[in-house]
Amino acid sequence: MQTYFYQLADALCGQTAGSETLLLYLQGEDSDFVRFNKGTIRQGGGVKQIDLSLDLIDGQKCASMSMSLQGDLAADIAAATFQLSTLRKQLPSLPDDPYILFNTDVQNSEQIAESTLPDTSDIIDTITETGKRFDMVGIYATGRIVRGFANSLGQRNFFSTAPYHLDWCFYAHDDKAVKNSLGGFEWNTNAFHAKVALAEEALAVVNQPAKTIDPGEYSVYLSPSAMCEILDMMSWNGFSARARELKNTCVLPMMQSGATMNQAVTLSQNTAGGIAPAFSPAGYSLPDRVTLVDAGALADPLVPPRTSAEFNRPVNSGGESPNSLEMAPGTLATEDILTELDEGIYCNTLWYLNFSDMPAGRITGMTRFATFWVEGGQIAAPMNVMRFDETLFRALGENLRTLTADREFLPSATTYDQRSTSSRHLPGAIVDNFRFTL
Amino acid sequence: MSEIDMDHLESLFGDITPAVDFCSLRAVTTRETHLSVKRDVCDPLHQSIDSGVMITVVHGGGLGYGATCDLSREGLKRAAAKAVEFAAQTAGRSVVDFEQITFPAPIGEYCSAEERPWEDVSLTDKYDYLRKACARLKNDDRIVDWGTSVTRTIRDTLYLTNHGGRLRQEFRFTAPSMSVTANCGADTQTRSLGGLQANCHQGGMEVFKACNFKRAPHRLTEEVIALLGAENCPTGTMDLLLAPDQMMLQIHESIGHPLEIDRILGDERNYAGTSFVTPEMFGTFQYGSELLNVTFDPTIPHEMATYAFDDDGLEAKKEFLIRDGLLVRGLGGLTSQHRSGLEGVANSRASNWNRPPVDRMANLNLEPGDQTIPEMIEQTERGVLMRTNVSWSIDDSRNKFQFGCEFGEKIVNGKIVGIVKNPNYRGISKTFWQNLAGVGKAETVGVFGTPYCGKAEPNQCVFVGHASPTCRFTNVEVFGGE
Repeated sequence: MQTYFYQLADALCGQTAGSETLLLYLQGEDSDFVRFNKGTIRQGGGVKQIDLSLDLIDGQKCASMSMSLQGDLAADIAAATFQLSTLRKQLPSLPDDPYILFNTDVQNSEQIAESTLPDTSDIIDTITETGKRFDMVGIYATGRIVRGFANSLGQRNFFSTAPYHLDWCFYAHDDKAVKNSLGGFEWNTNAFHAKVALAEEALAVVNQPAKTIDPGEYSVYLSPSAMCEILDMMSWNGFSARARELKNTCVLPMMQSGATMNQAVTLSQNTAGGIAPAFSPAGYSLPDRVTLVDAGALADPLVPPRTSAEFNRPVNSGGESPNSLEMAPGTLATEDILTELDEGIYCNTLWYLNFSDMPAGRITGMTRFATFWVEGGQIAAPMNVMRFDETLFRALGENLRTLTADREFLPSATTYDQRSTSSRHLPGAIVDNFRFTL
Repeated sequence: MSEIDMDHLESLFGDITPAVDFCSLRAVTTRETHLSVKRDVCDPLHQSIDSGVMITVVHGGGLGYGATCDLSREGLKRAAAKAVEFAAQTAGRSVVDFEQITFPAPIGEYCSAEERPWEDVSLTDKYDYLRKACARLKNDDRIVDWGTSVTRTIRDTLYLTNHGGRLRQEFRFTAPSMSVTANCGADTQTRSLGGLQANCHQGGMEVFKACNFKRAPHRLTEEVIALLGAENCPTGTMDLLLAPDQMMLQIHESIGHPLEIDRILGDERNYAGTSFVTPEMFGTFQYGSELLNVTFDPTIPHEMATYAFDDDGLEAKKEFLIRDGLLVRGLGGLTSQHRSGLEGVANSRASNWNRPPVDRMANLNLEPGDQTIPEMIEQTERGVLMRTNVSWSIDDSRNKFQFGCEFGEKIVNGKIVGIVKNPNYRGISKTFWQNLAGVGKAETVGVFGTPYCGKAEPNQCVFVGHASPTCRFTNVEVFGGE
């Protein structure tokens, strides 16, 4: 695929003339998806897709096109050449764009991850065999993902990875379930069975009569997965330089009213530790790390090229939100979580978050899978779902009691349009006086 | 690859069809153009052309698919082989014996109605139109962000089956958008034209006129500045009036999703969630007051999800889902109807060629009643009228919800007494609709939609339409911001 892309890029970039610059960004995958319900298969199939974005720039004008490719070099050169000529014809009629910015410092790179995944059919056998014993629902996704950048200045970057992701639940009854996931570059049947055994133990607890709590304030343990949901909300506009410049951000209280987060909170875009490409669609090599919140205080925002040009800040990102977010760990040992929580809610999963007052950083959402009531440092009962409504600055500020020493690496299971290469690396947290409302 | 040569594809179908019980080919070409002006500066023109094919095979009781962007004969054969391979792997261990389902062999065509073709207006004129509207949004120093945009989408589809089915459907969507944001110290407020791309419709340039695009900047800037100085939405249990650009979300989340039969069958439990609705509730459960009438209606010309056939080839027609408050029918396509034994609709839809169809909403509408908006306000002793969705959150059974709007107006003793900001409300689907106390007349109906309804694994985002009058609810928990 790398050779194909570079040959395609050579053919297209060779067509630029005069002061034109051409940027190319390739996204492709050859994936298998198998969807399960009740331990059986709901849908299974394969998807091959290749997409090429072309940005033709001449002076202050830019025309962009993304197009699907066939994977056949001669046919794709012909189709992309046609689109390139269309862009060239459009350029004179387009308005000037004062915010065009792209990398002119040629930086070539290759990131190619090897993988030894077995055939999908073998995985289906393993999963359905296990699934017979459970009410299992979920998805297995696997196959190669590629990204590539090229420009007419001679830069070439290529990224190729082939991870798998199994994301599933064992259901007890109604909405009571235990959620689990497994991902990586090498399938390990023993690791799968170990997760199944742990989930089976949790399922026994989930099957017990559920407790419904009254609305009010409770201490809560938020697992790394639950923390991921909260920080994903913050990522909507909390780390964006543009959002901060325009005061349209959930961290406005930190900018205007002196609000801070707890000193234990340090957040980074850790490109070096993630699984996403280290180059951007505009050809910039991304810094290994950008510190976003440093010991509770706002640090650098993320600045993609267009925002850089508009607000005169240096580029440090491909987009306005992090795709490899990391939170610094705390000190609480995993085995001490229940003891430290003592009484409250052990929350494995949060769900369907949204801002209930965005400029105040207030978020609402639901508890979901495997959420338990804890008494005397012991899990006492599974809980019925509850709605919370709480600000970032209370939860990750004055009310943040502690973070766990262990963190979880959470690759995104998102597959809208294509499989995601985003990830999160996060600890769990104990938060006091967390507000539940319904 | 650029656009698909559908005729050529059709000529190849016989050659690449494997010897199986059932085989279909679904080809999709999507051409999209996005024009955007932000803070009086035009973003780069963005266009896309996406083409591909999904081949679905049912054989030996299993079902498999192969989707590909490689539209050569060899590419299609490989996709067919992939579908055969997955059909074999899933046979005998699928959620249903697919051999028991008779897939139709439909013949038909559909094309969106378009009164003023998009192509009749030059690119330069479209940009000028957006720029002028954008400039009118910045009339106060407190306005910090403002923008206008339009997304034009043409989707051309071909569906063939090995039993002689042949469908051609061409959809033309136009989605203008506008928003303005103002800031004063620690407060930031936004007003938009119906919410996030909610003015998406089938049609051409006439969509701009239908959503009052030209006159909207004046209203939106006035309202956003007024919000900065407004009091917070009151807290308490009171009446709630919802305008159509919030009703669309209320219908979507607390009627549409819970009635999807694949949810009820458990398919979505790992991702989008389950449903508080159970099969026994159809025909017996009083979903709402007698004023509640909800239809699945894919026949309304300019609504976003109008079509003649779904992606399994089932002919689409209007059906009541809730009649006089009684739940009568679910949102389930051919496969879900077979699996559940419930009556459904033609709603098996895929987001694109690279995703298999599942049960989706299409046009899901609340039928008009007999009240005017002044009458509903007059009947309200204490309440809030809310417009334009900005926040949405609901539990995975689609029961406990909390929604927020951009703009609220406080009602006291039958009169609007002022604007309130950060209006939110929460409730429980199972009881909320019982408190439907007033439904607006046909002239209060607004037709909206969204291109962002997410669901399924692998994930799929589809477009849906929602038409609703303004409605009044009693005994709702209402509250404001911090």
